[in-house]
Amino acid sequence: MRIPVTWLVENLEFAETPTPEQLAEAFVRIGIEVEDVHELDSVTGPLVAGRVVEIEELTEFKKPIRYCQVEVGPDQVNGIVCGASNFQEGDTVVVALPGAVLPGGFTISARKTYGRTSNGMICSAAELGLGDDHSGIMVLPSGTAQPGDDAIELLGLGDTVIEVAPTPDRGYAFSVRGLAREIACAFDVPYRDPGTAEVPEGEGEVLPVRIEDEGACSRFVARRVSGVDPTAPTPWWMRRRLMLAGIRSISLPVDVTNYVMLELGQPLHAFDARSVKGGLVVRRAVAGEKLTTLDEQVRALDPDDIVIADDSGVVSLAGVMGGASTEVSATSSDILLEAANWDPASIARTVRRHKLPSEAAKRFERTVDTALAPVALERAARLLDMFGDGSIKPGRTDVGGPTQPKPVSMPINLPDRVAGVNYARGVTARRLGQIGCQVEVTTGDDGATMVTAIPPTWRADLTQPADLVEEVLRLEGYDTIPSTLPPAPAGRGLTEQQRRRRTVSRALAESGFVEVKPFPFVAPAVFDALGLPEGDVRRNTVSVLNPLESDKHALATTLVPGLLETVQRNLARGQKDLAVYTIAQVTLPRTQQVPVPQVGVGERPSDAQVASLLAALPQQPVHVAAVLTGNREQAGWWGKGRQADWADAVQAARLVGQAYGVELTVVASDLAPWHPGRCAELRVGDWPVGHAGELHPKVVEALGLPKRTVAMELDLDALPLSDHRPAPVVSAYPPVLLDVAVVVPVEVPAGQVARVLRTGGGALLEDIRLFDVYTGDQVGEGKRSLAYSLRFRAPDRTLTVEEATAARDAAVAAAAERFGAVLRG
Amino acid sequence: MSGANDPYDPKQVAALSPEALDAAVEQAREAFAKAADLDELAAVKPSHLGDRSPVLLARREIGALPPAAKAEAGKRVNEAQNAVKAAFEERRARLQAERDDRVLREETVDVTLPWDRVPRGARHPISTLAERIADVFVAMGYEVAEGPELETEWFNFDALNFGKDHPARTMQDTFYVGPADSGLVLRTHTSPVQARTLLDREPPVYVVCPGRTFRTDELDATHTPVFHQVEGLAVDKGLTMAHLKGTLDAFARAMFGEDSKTRLRPSFFPFTEPSAEVDVWFPEKKGGPGWVEWGGCGMVNPNVLRNCGVDPDVYSGFAFGMGLERTLQFRNGLPDMRDMVEGDVRFTQPFGTEA
Repeated sequence: MRIPVTWLVENLEFAETPTPEQLAEAFVRIGIEVEDVHELDSVTGPLVAGRVVEIEELTEFKKPIRYCQVEVGPDQVNGIVCGASNFQEGDTVVVALPGAVLPGGFTISARKTYGRTSNGMICSAAELGLGDDHSGIMVLPSGTAQPGDDAIELLGLGDTVIEVAPTPDRGYAFSVRGLAREIACAFDVPYRDPGTAEVPEGEGEVLPVRIEDEGACSRFVARRVSGVDPTAPTPWWMRRRLMLAGIRSISLPVDVTNYVMLELGQPLHAFDARSVKGGLVVRRAVAGEKLTTLDEQVRALDPDDIVIADDSGVVSLAGVMGGASTEVSATSSDILLEAANWDPASIARTVRRHKLPSEAAKRFERTVDTALAPVALERAARLLDMFGDGSIKPGRTDVGGPTQPKPVSMPINLPDRVAGVNYARGVTARRLGQIGCQVEVTTGDDGATMVTAIPPTWRADLTQPADLVEEVLRLEGYDTIPSTLPPAPAGRGLTEQQRRRRTVSRALAESGFVEVKPFPFVAPAVFDALGLPEGDVRRNTVSVLNPLESDKHALATTLVPGLLETVQRNLARGQKDLAVYTIAQVTLPRTQQVPVPQVGVGERPSDAQVASLLAALPQQPVHVAAVLTGNREQAGWWGKGRQADWADAVQAARLVGQAYGVELTVVASDLAPWHPGRCAELRVGDWPVGHAGELHPKVVEALGLPKRTVAMELDLDALPLSDHRPAPVVSAYPPVLLDVAVVVPVEVPAGQVARVLRTGGGALLEDIRLFDVYTGDQVGEGKRSLAYSLRFRAPDRTLTVEEATAARDAAVAAAAERFGAVLRG
Repeated sequence: MSGANDPYDPKQVAALSPEALDAAVEQAREAFAKAADLDELAAVKPSHLGDRSPVLLARREIGALPPAAKAEAGKRVNEAQNAVKAAFEERRARLQAERDDRVLREETVDVTLPWDRVPRGARHPISTLAERIADVFVAMGYEVAEGPELETEWFNFDALNFGKDHPARTMQDTFYVGPADSGLVLRTHTSPVQARTLLDREPPVYVVCPGRTFRTDELDATHTPVFHQVEGLAVDKGLTMAHLKGTLDAFARAMFGEDSKTRLRPSFFPFTEPSAEVDVWFPEKKGGPGWVEWGGCGMVNPNVLRNCGVDPDVYSGFAFGMGLERTLQFRNGLPDMRDMVEGDVRFTQPFGTEA
């Protein structure tokens, strides 16, 4: 909300008015956010009111140009060229005479233009720094000023506008009234509240009004002003304030409703009284009903929308926008003014449903003072009466009534206890009184002093002691709260799982992978590109109802698509050698999705309710995934580079296992999107936890990836938190090193051969390492030779070669028995 | 050769004369000095230290001397032999040192050659920042709590005192997931972990929760729909806003240096009352030290405590939350938030494994 300082301080009794900066600082200090302070750009030199005496239309130019004779002082008429045409002879305008300097350092001088000499400039509001209205020059209401009057003072050009953004709980602060009260509290100065003025009794009803749905409307007040001159201009001071507040002047009745809304915080609606048929009914809309709103849009109403209807049907979308059929037009002279209190939640839903945010709805959504409607109506009626030459009808309709907030009691030292501050005696009661509460201090039976506050009608947000506490603390200033550390509790540090996840991430980074954080949103089409078969569990996704990119509405069930997209982006930017990884949750719907139970608030839900809440959520395990493409090792002065291949992906998976403290078993597998012959399944024992290998050539082609791109993905949460507590015994005796090459059928996995050799070698076999793989004529068709280095050692003696050889022979025998392995000569 | 029992002076035996021995030693020295390398030295060694060398030949003469003369002659030969040996060793040591120096010189390489055979990896700065923050709080006795990203509305909103029609629930801010009215949302903040934690353990509770959060903001230089927060929650007997302030100040010092501190401005959040915005004094702010908006905080709203079965008359608590992207953005002076989410390796690589 934008508010001129002169308006803000109107009802405050300052000995010395603070500067705009001091006011802004005070707002911030007590919790009203200040978005900006606009000091109106200064205008210097001769700026005067002028009367247009004569207009000569110049037609020889591409656009309409006027040469005007403007009376700018007693017996002084200047010829001025002007490009605008929204004024006529006799109008009062603002003229910058030669020598004046307008905002932006724009100096006015007499000059020749369009074949005439222009002695000054007729100004628009924007040219004077009064808002953004460039639509034409500013025409002042007649009688506002005499030619030659100083316009700088007249227009209030020295003002400053403070732009504030109150938090949504403080509906009262969306008005000059509420903001001035805040300033009164901040500076401890007296404040005259225009919102509590006495209202004369009405004589009868102005028209019959019935509230059908009391939940929709707690109060509805109406007043009528007839005989309003439809051509009466809005007084300059009101237009100026509206303009500075960012609201365009439309007509006197509309301007008056807007002005009173800004001043008091009560939105009003003006009906053309003669268009209203019969009495009014406040109700919810009926399905199928339609309303043409002021913006000429036909809106299909929802049964949740609150409407005002007359005998002809719906005439207004209550609290949000009026209807076209009863709109105040350029000829309306009989005005029905309405002020009400609408259900905030309903208004909020209607605004969202119809995408119709408005100044009125903004206030109703945040609740409006329930005692304010008659006061605001009276103020508006009097303004119409005064400036529109109308007459206020004696009747007033007032259905429903103010809602009195409930008293809130608390120990009077609760603010001290919450803040950790010892406030001076009387502070709590004084501050609560200052914001408008009726305050009573009592001593309870136990001798404790209690304070009871009845909040004012504009503070429906004060419902519990904590709310009162906040008022005291913020007005005393958060800066008076000291800085004290609480006594340190005995924490247990990171959990084992948290530590190991960190280790996994660090291990991958240390071995050359770069961590990235793709969004979890994927387009289901990517599952086709990945070649996932119909019915693949990864196609079963949770869908976002309002995605930012309409095709990417599925929550990731696998991290690979996100990584591939990141790889594509990097490739497009010229990076060819990539090793990236990510660690993130995936979302896996349960096979039997349970609906979320209805659980209330106000007390702890039962254990069963908590359990059913948790059971209603899809599983969201943490996965780790990596993708490599291009060179894993760079070419350089040392020689050639080495392209990343399937083995790097499998190794990355093994590395993750090792970092997590788990030795993963690798077995051959065949799962999309991997190459059927180059896909490893990683297992913990017999339990699969992920896959690694080269991507299927079709996948690579479909996604436009470089050939031989490789990937791995593991379910980190499936890795057991094994108790990793090794107690190695290191033998100081010398080893015996023996090599052995065995010939096995080519389809026998090397990993299995190693496992069998290791078991067969017995306790003396300290280490086994594959150092060569050979296929070719020497071993024959369908066979390959696997050469291992074996290291034997005894824990308690120097091992003899004979013992070691016997152990090796046992290992080979085991492999022979299991795979038909033959010792290669 | 003289007879064994002839009483004559050993000096008269030519080979044993001091002059002869001195000459032999001198010849040896010269020969050794002439040897240019270890091979040449080895080649001349037998002539001066071998069995046929003058000194060794002279030693043979001693046996023929009368006993009275043997001692003196022996001593003289020993001295000569030691002198030759010493000369040899000295020369050998010298030549060995020269050879070693030469070999090392020949093995010289250009140590400035690059060795980026396996390019370095890096962790995402958001990850390292989250861990750094967790460590700061773990050092203060906190534990790290976690929760799922797809969350029930009850945990994300209801339990946190968001009214049924609170604006933040609207589609403009929140990602809802199907089917319609599923009651599930992508968590809009890490605060649901507060409720989870309070339902899960008895106070005292001191937890910190870094995590990924979601709001329907379009991606631009200062917004991202997927971002990270860190949430802190303390619930204990007698906790005050002064304790909140003290904790935030300690946090600020740990993150931004000893000169940092925080400032609280009154604000509104459904789950805290009183509530505040947190500004941090950032000594390295662009254009000079100053306040930077950092996050939100407040005393846990008694309604939230009640919703989680904690008696607000016995316990009080404070909570705070900060955006990690924003923290990183101002801490490191990063102009564009998109760099943090796009995954360009050139952005992440310079951060290494510790940010």
